Amino acid sequence: MLLVLFRRLGNVIPTLLAVIALVFLLFSVLPGSFISGMNEDGRSVIDPAVMERMRKEMGLDEPLYERFVKYVGKLATGDLGTSFRTREPVTKLISVRIWPSLKLVFAAMAFAILVGVTLGFLAALKPGSFIDTVSMVGAISGLSLSQFWFGLMLMYLFALTLNWLPSFGYGDGGLRNLILPAVALGVGPMALLARTTRAAVLDVLNADFVRTARSKGMSERLVVKWHVLRNALVLVITIVGLQFGSLMGQAVVVEKLFAWPGVGSLMVDSVFQRDMPAVQGCILMIVLFFLFINTLVDLAYVVIDPRIRYG
Amino acid sequence: MRWGSNTWVGGSLVAIAIGVAVFAPWIALTDPVMDANLMNAELPPSWEFPFGTDAQGRDIYSRICYGARISLTVGVVSQICNSLIGVTLGLTAGYWGGWWDDFVSGLTNLMLAIPSLVFALAIMAILGPGLVSLVIALGLTSWSYSCRIARAQVLSLKSQGYVQAARILGYGDLRIMFTQVLPNILGPLIVIATLGMGGAILAEAALSFLGLGIRPPFPSWGSMLSEARDQIRAAPWLSVFPGLAIFFTVLGLNLLGDGLRDILDPQSQTRRA
Amino acid sequence: MNAPLLKVDDLHITLQGDGATFNAVENVSFEIGRGEAFGLVGESGCGKSITALAVMGLLRRPLGLGEGRIVLDGEEIQNASAARLRELRGSRIGMIFQEPMTALNPLSPVGRQIAEMFVLHQNASWNEAMDRAEEALRQVRVPSPERRIKDFPHQLSGGMRQRVMIAIALACRPDLLIADEPTTALDVTVQAEIIDLMAELCAAKGTAILMISHDLGLVANMCRRVAVMYAGRIVESQGAEAIFATPRHPYTKGLVDSLPRLGERSRRGRQRLREISGVVPSIAAYPSGCRFNPRCSSATDICRATPPDVTALGSGLVRCHHHE
Repeated sequence: MLLVLFRRLGNVIPTLLAVIALVFLLFSVLPGSFISGMNEDGRSVIDPAVMERMRKEMGLDEPLYERFVKYVGKLATGDLGTSFRTREPVTKLISVRIWPSLKLVFAAMAFAILVGVTLGFLAALKPGSFIDTVSMVGAISGLSLSQFWFGLMLMYLFALTLNWLPSFGYGDGGLRNLILPAVALGVGPMALLARTTRAAVLDVLNADFVRTARSKGMSERLVVKWHVLRNALVLVITIVGLQFGSLMGQAVVVEKLFAWPGVGSLMVDSVFQRDMPAVQGCILMIVLFFLFINTLVDLAYVVIDPRIRYG
Repeated sequence: MRWGSNTWVGGSLVAIAIGVAVFAPWIALTDPVMDANLMNAELPPSWEFPFGTDAQGRDIYSRICYGARISLTVGVVSQICNSLIGVTLGLTAGYWGGWWDDFVSGLTNLMLAIPSLVFALAIMAILGPGLVSLVIALGLTSWSYSCRIARAQVLSLKSQGYVQAARILGYGDLRIMFTQVLPNILGPLIVIATLGMGGAILAEAALSFLGLGIRPPFPSWGSMLSEARDQIRAAPWLSVFPGLAIFFTVLGLNLLGDGLRDILDPQSQTRRA
Repeated sequence: MNAPLLKVDDLHITLQGDGATFNAVENVSFEIGRGEAFGLVGESGCGKSITALAVMGLLRRPLGLGEGRIVLDGEEIQNASAARLRELRGSRIGMIFQEPMTALNPLSPVGRQIAEMFVLHQNASWNEAMDRAEEALRQVRVPSPERRIKDFPHQLSGGMRQRVMIAIALACRPDLLIADEPTTALDVTVQAEIIDLMAELCAAKGTAILMISHDLGLVANMCRRVAVMYAGRIVESQGAEAIFATPRHPYTKGLVDSLPRLGERSRRGRQRLREISGVVPSIAAYPSGCRFNPRCSSATDICRATPPDVTALGSGLVRCHHHE
């Protein structure tokens, strides 16, 4: 277990460093630094002297590599820099957003797993049946939906027309506010999981060891329970991990639509305000979440699949 | 080789979308930007305006026809960029191996770790809104899949001796890559490109919806939704129709991709996701 | 011989193809007595494995059971209910498959996979079943079974895995053991051990064996009677020794001639082993007349026109127009 964790960290840390470097370069080298951006927007015309002072204040006049070393040094201590707009530490801005983001992502994933894996299983156990057809048509439709449009339609139907649920906002952070954004966000992964699960179960059902199980005189129910479930799970869990990890990033649009105070909406707002430290911080947060979830998935493999522990 | 119903339904939907985009000036009823008429503002669907009108009195149906041009252009062009980048990197990485392979694998992992929408968002933040930056942002951010397929395929062909044989015959590296390897991976790549196009259209819509893509008044399906959102209560048809246009186009591409996969890449049938 | 343990009578197996139904197996009949070892030999694709699956009631689409009867111990089972077949499988008929690498569930300890048999068929509790699984492993001579029952399949060698398969198949002392190419995937040195082990255990328990293989030598060694299948039909059946001495069907002759034999070399000098030219025809394109005619050196017009009937010859039978 520990060994896997260390091996995994050996992959994670270089990736994380590379992301940091990439993000830093993107925002430092490419044109459109935040100050000129402010001018373009025409929101504020800054006196050149003031601009110069701001550049100094924010350390933008130093050479690139010095800034990068400083940036990484600060990151190591958990300092994501200071927001251009609010002058608050980015860490503080993000920290209040994390909990709502996590709540949304977990709720969406729970929905996706519950509905998607169940449908995929039922479809695979009766290929060609009514439930198979319905689930697979539903799945490909779910993959073709744009999240925010689906969210918008949900909002119109359940909030504005039927008045069952609040249309947007965090409210008290309770379930009622959570349902619509979670469903809108979860429908994509749900569809993908339904398809993957179906394919995985069909794959396992054709495996030799399932034939062995049948030759033992096992009922189909027991074959599935004792031999198919776990093997299919190994295949499904990869997709769960990848989807789960990227969900915080995918949540950007849904958070914005439902005015959900998460990391994603902070990122969009910061993009509009050209608050680059905050944008960078959000990206790093989202990447960190992805890497964290994937590490967890790798550990889950070790628990489920004995071949990895010894192999 | 059998063409399943997926291919037919998907192909028809895609053909309709392309037809609408190409013939937009002829099948649209009004000009999508100029024909604003406040007398007709926010009319629900009727015979005169089949999908209703927006707050400026512009015909939604006509705007969707023109919007198809932008959405499809963004989808096709950015997917071409992705395919080119992915195939080039994947082919060379698999073929040459060594530090270049390590570098490309690292880059692929990197691209996987940053959700492509977030990456595109960051690029849009730097380049500013507009059609060109949209294509750049989407064309640079989701090549990792075709890259991995290309690389894996090269490696497997190498182990089968194809490449060695060609090398013994004195073929140059580039010639081997393009004449021996590329034709072998064309099938899966076409499938990925088809599915990727759907993804790009969804991403365009998302970015435009956030206000970072195509800016109003020019119609893209995403920007139309962006405008429609505030009037969801009073004029839901503004949201319904552009969304359906996106849905059916992407559904068509996904079905077509599935169908093509069955035809071009039969082994993947059981392991398809 | 009193009533046979297994009687397969005029069995047909159908294959549902694109818009057409083919007979993958036709007119297959044989009997196996109690405790008898019977061999079914043929090239891959001749229908021997699916015949075994048919006996187990494990044919799956696109394969299906056609005409014919399968009688196990006086009970017709070709139309038996799924529940009845499940009772028979494992408890009355055990089966060993070719691929020991994939025939065991990779995520389940081998002890548990054996123990399932006792839980399924003998209402044992898991604890009791695990004890008996250990005992079963000891019987198939897996060293230190008390530790091995907790091992996963990937931790065992191919031979050990096949021993586990034997333990599973014989766990409930079935009347019949079907062994489908049980040693094909194993090293030659391990093959003999596995065959001996199977023969010994079956003899001790009075279990009959239906041994399926492409290897005539192997089968003849182990079995008293042998049937040879070609392209979905049984072409010859005889006693194991007789089939080497007096093969009657040209195909069987070909098989016998393709085997290396000790002592032959000095007599005939350095001679290449003879092979049978051509390949097995595919199910959708069986030739008319005798199915072996395109590959047969003594084929005549009648072979190309009329399928030969079965001729009884002594204790055996042969399906050839020109049998000797």
